[in-house]
Amino acid sequence: MRRVSGWLAAATLLAALIAACSQDGRVDEPLLFAERLGGETTTFSKGTNAFELSARNLTNEERRMFEVGDSFFNQNWVTAPASTTARDGLGPTFNALACASCHSHDGRAKPPDNDDDPERGLLLRLSVPGPNGPMDDPAYGGQLQDRGIIRVPPEGRISIRYEEMPGEYPDGTPYSLRRPTYSIEDLAFGPLHPDVRVSPRIGPATIGMGLLEAIPAEDILALADPDDADGDGISGRPNMVTDLRTGEAALGRFGWKAGQPTVEQQAAGAFMGDIGITSSLFPEQNCPEPQQACRDALDGGTPEIDTQRLDLVTFYVQTLAVPAMRDTEDDQVREGAQLFAQANCIACHTPRHTTDASHPVRPLQGQTIYPYTDLLLHDMGEGLSDGGHQEGQATGSEWRTPPLWGIGLVDTVSGHTMFLHDGRARGLEEAILWHGGEAQASRDAFTLMPADERAALLRFLESL
Amino acid sequence: MRKLATLSVLLVVVGSLLVACGDDGDDNLKQDVVRNYADGAHAMYSKSLASAVALDQAIDSFLAAPSAVRLDAAKRQWLLARDDYGPTEIYRFYEGPIDNEADGPEGLVNAWPLDEAYIDYVEGDASAGIVNNPGDFPVIDAELIVSLNEEGGEANVSTGWHAIEFLLWGQDMNDDGPGLRPVEDYTTNANADRRSTYLATASDVLVRHLRDMVDAWAPGNSGNYRAEFLSVDPDEALRRMITGIGEMSRGELAGERMTVAYEARSQEDEHSCFADNTTADIIANAYGVWLVYTGDYGTVNGPGVRDLIAAEDEELAQQLEDEIRNSVALARAIPAPFDQHLREGVSDSDPGRQAVLNTIVALENQTDTIVSAAETVGITIDVS
Repeated sequence: MRRVSGWLAAATLLAALIAACSQDGRVDEPLLFAERLGGETTTFSKGTNAFELSARNLTNEERRMFEVGDSFFNQNWVTAPASTTARDGLGPTFNALACASCHSHDGRAKPPDNDDDPERGLLLRLSVPGPNGPMDDPAYGGQLQDRGIIRVPPEGRISIRYEEMPGEYPDGTPYSLRRPTYSIEDLAFGPLHPDVRVSPRIGPATIGMGLLEAIPAEDILALADPDDADGDGISGRPNMVTDLRTGEAALGRFGWKAGQPTVEQQAAGAFMGDIGITSSLFPEQNCPEPQQACRDALDGGTPEIDTQRLDLVTFYVQTLAVPAMRDTEDDQVREGAQLFAQANCIACHTPRHTTDASHPVRPLQGQTIYPYTDLLLHDMGEGLSDGGHQEGQATGSEWRTPPLWGIGLVDTVSGHTMFLHDGRARGLEEAILWHGGEAQASRDAFTLMPADERAALLRFLESL
Repeated sequence: MRKLATLSVLLVVVGSLLVACGDDGDDNLKQDVVRNYADGAHAMYSKSLASAVALDQAIDSFLAAPSAVRLDAAKRQWLLARDDYGPTEIYRFYEGPIDNEADGPEGLVNAWPLDEAYIDYVEGDASAGIVNNPGDFPVIDAELIVSLNEEGGEANVSTGWHAIEFLLWGQDMNDDGPGLRPVEDYTTNANADRRSTYLATASDVLVRHLRDMVDAWAPGNSGNYRAEFLSVDPDEALRRMITGIGEMSRGELAGERMTVAYEARSQEDEHSCFADNTTADIIANAYGVWLVYTGDYGTVNGPGVRDLIAAEDEELAQQLEDEIRNSVALARAIPAPFDQHLREGVSDSDPGRQAVLNTIVALENQTDTIVSAAETVGITIDVS
């Protein structure tokens, strides 16, 4: 019954979109945007704290849970053993000391400016193709940790080189994209496996994840069109992954490849992979066979973050507010929204969803939200492919449609405008131009627009 | 007589300016509130610097001739200096001198939790830390310890108040009192010389950072933060000030400092865990809100946020004053040491835990009032 209603909802939305389009070529604005992008959670802050505030509809008791989770998200983890027993167990190898190291102010990380930049919001996932799916690198595991606690060597060091690729719009306006090449220097345990695949990932903003989790799975699955039955050139398929809590297959929603089904699993996975903190979901320290110092290091308890605290971090991430859209009455913004629809960006960046009215997290129930994502995997073409790295069912060139809410505040909150999964795009325009594969037609439609229309579309994105 | 004439001319000029503004003196009051806040910041950081310098001297004196008496004297001075630093935390939360992303030293001054094992030995690992690692860190100096924990929280914390606290008290393995670091750590124990250098260096670095804060708020410097603060639209300056007291009240103090420890019940999950000084920290932070609200910093006294609200709504101004006074009083009523309220098995109906929760609730309520009072003077703030 639930499933039928989900299909029905999607079909109705689609019908409404088509109907709205067919009248005068314009989509009804409430289907495209609204000021309260995050429903009742929406904050009206436009400042540096725009991503780090609690959902505005929390009770005092809920906000206290949020604050406790906030603390374990923001504060550094320290080497075990320490007096702060709740916060020790860093590493032995790690990429960051805290969630907030990469998600500063709950914002978006950027790639290092150069090889010596100590701020490294970018990490590398590693995999080796195997007979039954991807496997870890035998000496380095599934992710390169480029730091270690004192006396434990880092696994290696990331080096990035960029190559400029000039191009021009049909109207002659020039642009340039930069193509990154990744290499790993100072490998501490010998060479990587000869068949290793390296997938770079940037830490995204963490707003609104609870709302995305609260979108009924049926609604997402209803948007899937794996064989492109409707012939619009856009397929979209779910990444069905294992929910470690239940052991069952579940819809992947989080991460650049939708590899994690829940906020909890995403957070626990990041605690393990990025900070080296064990939890009930990931109880084993990450020390591959040859890494003896790592294996000998003291731990901060088993697990290092207990279930109650992991629950609170999960609640914190779930209930981060989404900032309001700005300039909703501005003509250029409104025009940009129409162009966003006309270029069929909305085929994947689905504007509007409604969250489950009976979702277990009260403040997220029954919200009308505008995340601009279908949470599905799409083939984005060879330009964005990460060279055959597989994650769940996602292939190298498949990426989950990232949400766009808050994208116009990234500069304010995080102090940069480096977009896409590895921060290669130096602004929203470059990000659009990198779109290929299923998104090629929309990208081309953008390039064919006159300059003022391109500007309007970008202005719309900046208002989100 | 000349003087009087000059004064009356001045009054006429000021009067015509007021008329020109057409804002019945509101803007002038706002400017006065902003200026008094900046004067207060300078006064509070100056006071904090003075007691940090006294701490530095006590540490130098201890290291020159280590003894239990001199170690105790240094500890006492740390506790006193901490009382002066606490109220200055009210100048955080709006990317001001202390915590702006580019070069605010907050992470170097007050970072918590401390990575003890990154600095020195800990129970279970006698050879841990920079102090005991002359191979990788042959020279301990200011450059080293600052470089090791700079850049956006990307490295382990090795400076600031809590580093000094740890080096004076040692780990708190003692359920009924603070840590008990032996004097021998500075005389005959392994790497005593390196530990001494580390302590002296950390203290110097703290003094240097506090001096930077005094300079940032000092009058008479056209290029410092104070100058910028006084030149922006007063509404923007007020937004920063009120964001500071709102964020301190709820997100930082009620939330981060108190609720987290209260709920997580990790006995050492409190800020000054080595010295058991957490209740004093809480009182000092709550008191910072009072200072900015009233505008009365002792040596500096002028219009505060209260006066601005009172100009619109005296009743609301009085209500908020009562609420802030109450939260400071409730914080003072929390029995020390704080960690006794965090032990497993202590019931929520225990008077100590109730005192903690009452303070949390009072701070939450006062935050709601701060937000709505700000609205009455046309300032919208968003706090945690």
